[in-house]
Amino acid sequence: MISKEEIKHIADLSMLNLSEAEIEKYTENMKDIVEFANSINSLDTDGVTESAFALDSYNVFRKDEIKESFDRDLLLSNAPSSNGEAYSLPSMTV
Amino acid sequence: MEYEVVIGLEVHAELSTKTKIYCGCSTEFGGAPNTHCCPVCTGMPGALPVLNEKVVEYAVKAGLATGCTIARESKQDRKNYFYPDTPRAYQISQFDLPLCEHGKIDINTDGLEKTIGITRIHIEDDAGKLAHDNYTGGTLVDLNRAGVPLIEIVSEPDMRSAAEAVAYVEKLKGILEYIGVSDCKMQEGSLRADVNLSLRPVGSEKFGTRTETKNLNSFRAIARSIEFEIARQKEVLESGGTVYQETRRWDDEKGEGYAMRTKEEAHDYRYFPEPDLMPIRLSEEYIHHIEEHLPELPESRKARYMNELGLPEYDAGILTSSKHLSDFFEAATAACGNAKAVSNWIMVDIIRVARELGVEYDALPFTPVQLAGLIKLIDNGTISSKIAKEVFEEMVNTSKDPEKIVEEKGLVQISDESAIKEVVDRIVAANPQSVADYKAGKDRALGFLVGQCMKEMKGKGNPQILNKLILEHLQ
Repeated sequence: MISKEEIKHIADLSMLNLSEAEIEKYTENMKDIVEFANSINSLDTDGVTESAFALDSYNVFRKDEIKESFDRDLLLSNAPSSNGEAYSLPSMTV
Repeated sequence: MEYEVVIGLEVHAELSTKTKIYCGCSTEFGGAPNTHCCPVCTGMPGALPVLNEKVVEYAVKAGLATGCTIARESKQDRKNYFYPDTPRAYQISQFDLPLCEHGKIDINTDGLEKTIGITRIHIEDDAGKLAHDNYTGGTLVDLNRAGVPLIEIVSEPDMRSAAEAVAYVEKLKGILEYIGVSDCKMQEGSLRADVNLSLRPVGSEKFGTRTETKNLNSFRAIARSIEFEIARQKEVLESGGTVYQETRRWDDEKGEGYAMRTKEEAHDYRYFPEPDLMPIRLSEEYIHHIEEHLPELPESRKARYMNELGLPEYDAGILTSSKHLSDFFEAATAACGNAKAVSNWIMVDIIRVARELGVEYDALPFTPVQLAGLIKLIDNGTISSKIAKEVFEEMVNTSKDPEKIVEEKGLVQISDESAIKEVVDRIVAANPQSVADYKAGKDRALGFLVGQCMKEMKGKGNPQILNKLILEHLQ
């Protein structure tokens, strides 16, 4: 039910280069994950309202009030590369 | 073959909230790179987004102002794509339950009224900005804009020309400005449009294959990119080719559009409900409260200008096309009580001046009260309307009060009958031929005599008195 083509497609969308061996491995892994998730289909959901959420919680809002932003140096320190002001990447189409 | 063009628009408007959609960072435009950022808007794992209540309020306002139905139950979804302007690798948007649906707005092109359907309005977060790094040849990422709230307004494919598309965006921009949910500064990117366009043979019911030209940020770019894309698709179809469904960009400097590389447009967003954000439930009271407090919209102002102030429909339409212009009109009218005169000045001179100076109507070099002062000077006979034009130009150039300009330049109108009579006597005596022509029924001769008298008085003669005295003299 999970094909190698699907794994390749997902890898492409995330711009990952996977080797043939990795594709084999992830196809097997993904099969296990999907099978596990599919076990939920055995539940009887007749009469249960469709919902995207497990909690009965809604309207969790915050006020439109400015909070101090983070220290830039600290944020940029998470990136492999920066020029001190901005995150620095290999050339992308801008 | 004759083709019909079919256009639908997706308009993105940045909401003018103080803070971002899911965190308390400032939305202010133009800060130093990456200084309005925090773990939430830079996509740090484990950071929890919390929805800004103003974003919901503004989106509902926009929905109500465009005749939409407001969803009582709505949710947010993840739209997955991998690109460095979106560090989370997904945008938080709305998929199947948008806040607003099924609206419409009316547009007018060349006197023809038309209704454009609005499919939906949903909330989402803006992406960061990428810039070319001249130093390394790489790409730099600034995430100040990441997380700025947007509404995306999706139209039905109801437009049939570039003019209709521009009229639609102008109308929409006007509405968003009136209700104060977006500053709609197109040059700063706070209002931008994606154009979906296809051709089909005239009479055909079926839509052709459409392309989407993204991120157009001026009315001129919208109009030109549409003309370009119509011509391109027509050429493809006429040469027996196929139009491919693709995403395109518009190069405004070169005046041409081009297809994005296929890799950039791998559309497979794998939407799923955003588990970090709880559903939005809106009560009747909440929606009703916002509806009751909506400011007056352009259509209603237009009707008021026509019914209460007696302005022609065309003028009322122009005056209300921009909130700033309409506010200017109202402030000047309140200060001088002569709506008709204010309208004439706006229609003839102020629109021209704003265009020449390239400024919005809230940044004109003179105030509504100063324009009202100028009109009062005409209405009480201090200056003629001819001299007023001169004073107006001076107001544009110097921002001085009209009263001061009139005083400094000695432009006060001559309304003293004896002074005017003296000039009339002299001019009439010096032009016996014109007098004879007038008596022989040539009305033009009267205009000549009036012109000569006005010239003699350097344009400062009171025209009503002058006319009266010449006619008296000739009879």
